[in-house]
Amino acid sequence: MSDQPIQPFSHQPDPWVSLRAFTPARIALGRTGVAIPLQEVLQFRMAHAHARDAVYSLLATTTLAARLTGLGYAVQDLHSRAADRHEYLQRPDKGRRLNEASVQILRNAGAPPTTISRTDQAVGNTESSTNKQPPVSPLLSIVLADGLSATAVNHHAIPLLEILLPQLQAGGFSVAPINLVQQGRVAIGDEIGMLQEASMVIVLIGERPGLSSPDSLGIYLTYRPVLGLTDEARNCISNIRPGGLSYQAAADKLYWFIRESTRLQISGVGLKDEEGLLDASTR
Amino acid sequence: MAYKATIGNIVYAFPDLRTLLARATPYRSGDALAGLTAASYEERIAAQIVLADVPLKQFLQEAIIPYETDEITRLIIDEHATDAFAPISHFTVGQLRDWLLSDAATTLQLQQVATGLTPEMVAAVSKLMRNQDLISVARKCEVITSFRNTLGLKGHFSVRLQPNHATDDARGIAASMVDGLLYGSGDAVIGINPATDSPAVVVQLLQMIDDLRQQYAIPTQSCVLCHVTTALSIMPQAPVDLVFQSIGGTEATNSSFGVNLSMLAEAQAAALSLQRGTVGHNVMYFETGQGSSLSANAHAGVDQQTCEVRAYAVARKFAPLLVNTVVGFIGPEYLYDGKQIIRAALEDHCCGKLLGLPMGVDVCYTNHAEADQDDMDNLLTLLGVAGCSYIMGVPGADDIMLNYQSTSFHDALYLRQVLGLRPAPEFEQWLVRQGIMNEQGKLQQVPREHPLIAAGSY
Repeated sequence: MSDQPIQPFSHQPDPWVSLRAFTPARIALGRTGVAIPLQEVLQFRMAHAHARDAVYSLLATTTLAARLTGLGYAVQDLHSRAADRHEYLQRPDKGRRLNEASVQILRNAGAPPTTISRTDQAVGNTESSTNKQPPVSPLLSIVLADGLSATAVNHHAIPLLEILLPQLQAGGFSVAPINLVQQGRVAIGDEIGMLQEASMVIVLIGERPGLSSPDSLGIYLTYRPVLGLTDEARNCISNIRPGGLSYQAAADKLYWFIRESTRLQISGVGLKDEEGLLDASTR
Repeated sequence: MAYKATIGNIVYAFPDLRTLLARATPYRSGDALAGLTAASYEERIAAQIVLADVPLKQFLQEAIIPYETDEITRLIIDEHATDAFAPISHFTVGQLRDWLLSDAATTLQLQQVATGLTPEMVAAVSKLMRNQDLISVARKCEVITSFRNTLGLKGHFSVRLQPNHATDDARGIAASMVDGLLYGSGDAVIGINPATDSPAVVVQLLQMIDDLRQQYAIPTQSCVLCHVTTALSIMPQAPVDLVFQSIGGTEATNSSFGVNLSMLAEAQAAALSLQRGTVGHNVMYFETGQGSSLSANAHAGVDQQTCEVRAYAVARKFAPLLVNTVVGFIGPEYLYDGKQIIRAALEDHCCGKLLGLPMGVDVCYTNHAEADQDDMDNLLTLLGVAGCSYIMGVPGADDIMLNYQSTSFHDALYLRQVLGLRPAPEFEQWLVRQGIMNEQGKLQQVPREHPLIAAGSY
């Protein structure tokens, strides 16, 4: 028997590597035998690890609350009926409803609070909230929910709101105390918006992580939120992340939706996304 | 009939067949979500004991969704083949299980009784079967279909080439397509999930695949997986080989998909009239998956596996070339982890084959499911042993449009290698002629000048 060491096998690259220029798909990976070369296997595993970590990531409630308070907005911490991630993943119905404590928080807050702007930082504003005055300007409910990637909300919600909130203020919209929701799904916004007696609810939520996008943020807008609405009643802006839709583009699009939804008093399939068309004609 | 069993001092009574089927089902998250699972391990096995003694004839008398309100129930009852059923009509569900596993149930026997079996009978028997049984029985079945090549032959294993792109970019899709072909994939179909249902995009993609297919004389078929109404609207000006549609096992599920039986019949007739098949005339491609009925709030109290098998009655009506259960795509609220996904895939494959369908499986998972590539390797290997007709081939197993993980071209080659399986015969000959594979089925290193590489960078 020979004492010659076996040479390490270096896989042969596929001769069509140049085609990689045309797609981000994992093409021309090469092979060892018929298996994928280890380096590619490890890259894939790392991408999956990022996605898995995103699913189990936690909403950074303290940091988010501090940032939002700094912007001049009141914040409240809420939780769905899903006790933990395990239950959240198997019981979407529980992720769509608030737990009892959260309902109480919203009830105690009363409705409707007024905008707490930079110039009026009287957080709590209990006098006006017990006064049940009809809102003079459209009241928006804003929800930040972890969804399937708290990482997405932790990274992208504040930069986006920093663009959107001044737009809303300039446009004469009021904003109810902002809600941070753990173990929440999109429809939980319906209950929150209803309890805040808002004319519209805007839910910023972590989307299902893909291998190349563990931190993609989605936004859902629903006019006249009430319990029991379905997806046809909502408008959606998705894929907000570096490499996807930019904060500015997302905020502009959202503001357009908010304005049009308020004007037409609808949301969902009846509200067509014609922002691009309008922009083309006005810019 | 009374569905009752006494275990120790507890009497388990099940009000009807629908409830009995649900309680007898191996645990999965979707049935729990629907509130249909057995309340205890003991109740589940009690239900299986009761189910084993239910005569097959009972399934013809007791509809689990009323005949009057559901066109799929009507389809199942009206088209039941009494003559094919006759040889097994005296069986109970338990006796059917034992017979299916016996040497007496040969490939030919199974083909002969297929139209005598209803989805509910098949769902029932599968609930009594272990994974091993689901594999053994499926392996005995042989369902052969054809269009430009022949699929489902024993000893052969095919791949749907799935070259999706997030924006339907034609060059991106072409690059993935060439990658797949050079890895020996694409004999089941070259099938694109478009990012949009726009007829113009669908036509453009169909034209692109068809040009490539004709230029290189590839013996395969193509499909852009748009809604059936979109396919109808672009025929006959577009080169439509196969008509695709997602289907479910209740009329209400199909309504949520925007289809019904008459629309599917119209689409099949239209595709047949194009006369594009050369070897055969199976022109339909269906996708299914456990949980779709619950997801559409259209399950009518029926467990998700039974709903799934009822969808196969819809598929069977239209003689499809391919049926694909997209088993792990729907998410953990229906199939929570690798164990549940694997069990469901083996059930779907076996039940579909017993009913006479050309079953393939999208061996897949999403990132919020408790599953990973190891689970997929297990399932892939089990399905290969079970004689699965085809799987998906996605570059690196990462679908960049649908954002989930399926199987790669490499995975398909692995399975062919370890189990000695061959591509569809016509496609295999083409691979050899192209220098992609040798006569022994070994993948070859193609030269840089291979014409397909140039075709990918047009």
